[in-house]
Amino acid sequence: MSDIVIRAERLGKKYIIGRHAQNDSYLALRDVLMKNAKSVWSKTRDLLRGNPVIQGDAMEEVWALKDVSFEIQRGEAVGIIGRNGAGKSTLLKILSRITEPSAGRVAIDGRVVSLLEVGTGFHPELSGRENIYLNGTILGMTRKEIKRKFDEIVAFAEVEKYLDTPVKRYSSGMYVRLAFAVAAHLEPEILVVDEVLAVGDLSFQKKCLGKMEDVARGGRTVLFVSHNMGAIQMLCRKTMLLKNGSLVMIRDSGDAIAQYLSDSRKDREGQIRLAPTGSDAFFTGISIRSSSGEICSEIDVSRSLTISFEYKILRPIRGLEVSFSLFNQCGSKIFYCPQSTSIHHYKNEYPPGEYVGSVEIPGNFLAPGSYTITAGIHQPNIQLFDGRQHVIGFQIVECGSQHYAFDGQDIGSVLVDFPWRIRCLPDGENVSVN
Amino acid sequence: MNTIIIEAGRTEKNYWADLWHYRELFLVLAWRDVSVRYKQTLIGILWAFLRPLLTMIVFTVIFGRIARLPSDGNTPYAVMVFAAMLPWSLFSNSLTDSANSLISNTNLISKVYFPRLIIPAATLITTFIDFVISFVILIAIMIYYHVVPDCRILLLPFFLIMALLASLGPGLWITALNVKYRDFRHVIPFVVQFGIYVSPVGFSSNIVPEQWRLLYSLNPLVGVIDGFRWCLLGGESPLYLPGLLLSLTVITLFLWLGISRFRRTEKTFADLI
Repeated sequence: MSDIVIRAERLGKKYIIGRHAQNDSYLALRDVLMKNAKSVWSKTRDLLRGNPVIQGDAMEEVWALKDVSFEIQRGEAVGIIGRNGAGKSTLLKILSRITEPSAGRVAIDGRVVSLLEVGTGFHPELSGRENIYLNGTILGMTRKEIKRKFDEIVAFAEVEKYLDTPVKRYSSGMYVRLAFAVAAHLEPEILVVDEVLAVGDLSFQKKCLGKMEDVARGGRTVLFVSHNMGAIQMLCRKTMLLKNGSLVMIRDSGDAIAQYLSDSRKDREGQIRLAPTGSDAFFTGISIRSSSGEICSEIDVSRSLTISFEYKILRPIRGLEVSFSLFNQCGSKIFYCPQSTSIHHYKNEYPPGEYVGSVEIPGNFLAPGSYTITAGIHQPNIQLFDGRQHVIGFQIVECGSQHYAFDGQDIGSVLVDFPWRIRCLPDGENVSVN
Repeated sequence: MNTIIIEAGRTEKNYWADLWHYRELFLVLAWRDVSVRYKQTLIGILWAFLRPLLTMIVFTVIFGRIARLPSDGNTPYAVMVFAAMLPWSLFSNSLTDSANSLISNTNLISKVYFPRLIIPAATLITTFIDFVISFVILIAIMIYYHVVPDCRILLLPFFLIMALLASLGPGLWITALNVKYRDFRHVIPFVVQFGIYVSPVGFSSNIVPEQWRLLYSLNPLVGVIDGFRWCLLGGESPLYLPGLLLSLTVITLFLWLGISRFRRTEKTFADLI
């Protein structure tokens, strides 16, 4: 007997999008009426026949997933990565039978439970106890199974005291804990999980990651979509990389993640060109490069990055300098980085011409997350020549550093590794406090 | 090992078996709808008593007292109206609930797989419970007016199922259409409002002229309501058999139409909703 639990062959999913024609050259009322009458007629006809009715004049096919073939062995934990819109969620939806593929076929051997969202079907008016039964049944558990695991679920969620309170009165943390607790106690043969770990507080997240590890080690087949490369690296030996609806590769997680990051480097989002502003000094472009010198917008947390500002000066300006500020995703300023503190050029005068100024930010300094840069050319405290707010952004990506378990959590914006000193207090010292 | 094959355009052979497999979900969803129904209301379950009772009073006053329409035989007008109110509210509530059922469960449909037929079917349970409550009122009214039913009452379950199926057919069709075109959400209140006057709820269908009787029975509710009165009023209300058969045919047709349209569009629900 072969040990392949999921075999997908040339899987595809097509969406049809209606589109309104752009050239509305019919302006006469008669034409408009005719057009509307025709469309009403065709819509009614489609409706009665049960065909899909297309809004707009033209149809456009979009393949969210195309020609995806793969095989998954029993007991394997497989990660699925890719950018937004790569088809990850569509693939999961097909595998969990929520939507039908437009092409190809999949054979699945065993009971699939899909966890595309925590707390699916939770009803705010019902109590925690009632919602455990409701959600459990929706996820495919039988009543007996839920009864057997009830105490375990409640203990895991840490909501004993509020079992008979409607969940609408729960704090969002309690809500999520309860929801995940139900999901964590499923015993499916195949578990399909979409980005649901990025919820709850830190300690609970660690608990969830631990539970996922147990599931993966317990010999069950797990398909796991995440943007948390660290978690993927830890949970999954193999990873599937999707791009624009196609399967790029299914290989060892390390290889797939490396490929994913280098792909994003090639997308050249880490560079912009800027038009002159009409002042005497202005930016012409800003770019972000990885440690290997490639332009990119996603940087491995452990590698350094270089930000380069290209600018042009039209007349000699005394004491001119370029500086920038770095902001995190909440818009808080992380630091301000002026030239004047690093170079003694305060009284320098730069002749007209084109310049490049760059700053290297070391690896293991910025925490994973999104950052934006606001840059300016100015004579400090005298005149601003060119100021650009949040002009370019980049991502610091977790790729399995020692901080991976905190991914998705707010651990601040800079990583620190200050040494701890721990010593045991002798008994006498405790007493002497009195 | 049971292997599931997912393929484009594949009609599932074991659809009905699958439906049976998900019976627990069906019960849980029905239980959810029932227990949520009167949560955070002041008078709770009393609503289930009040609505049919007040409608009955209004109809008795307007049709019985003011318009002076004749009742069936010697039956008190109020009893005759209430015997029709039962199937009518069963029908209209089931139709409304099942037609809105899919869009009020959007989150389930887009996140979990199960045979979608479960959702509209589960709403019938809720309305059935309201029916049982109304039935208690009917018994009270019948005791008050000293109306005694005979053994025909044993056939009541047949007409009860007929009323449920009459609402399920159009309900399924409309809920499937509702997924993509929310227009149909506005159709239902209109149909229900219109239907209560077109169907013989406030009056006896015996006042419809004989030559129009068969045509009138194209309204499936005519057969259902006549059947209810025939069962409950102890022989005071005769049953018009050709009309009943016609109503049954119309109900079957709608049911077939509803199920086939529903199943045809079922697989696209998650994409459209």
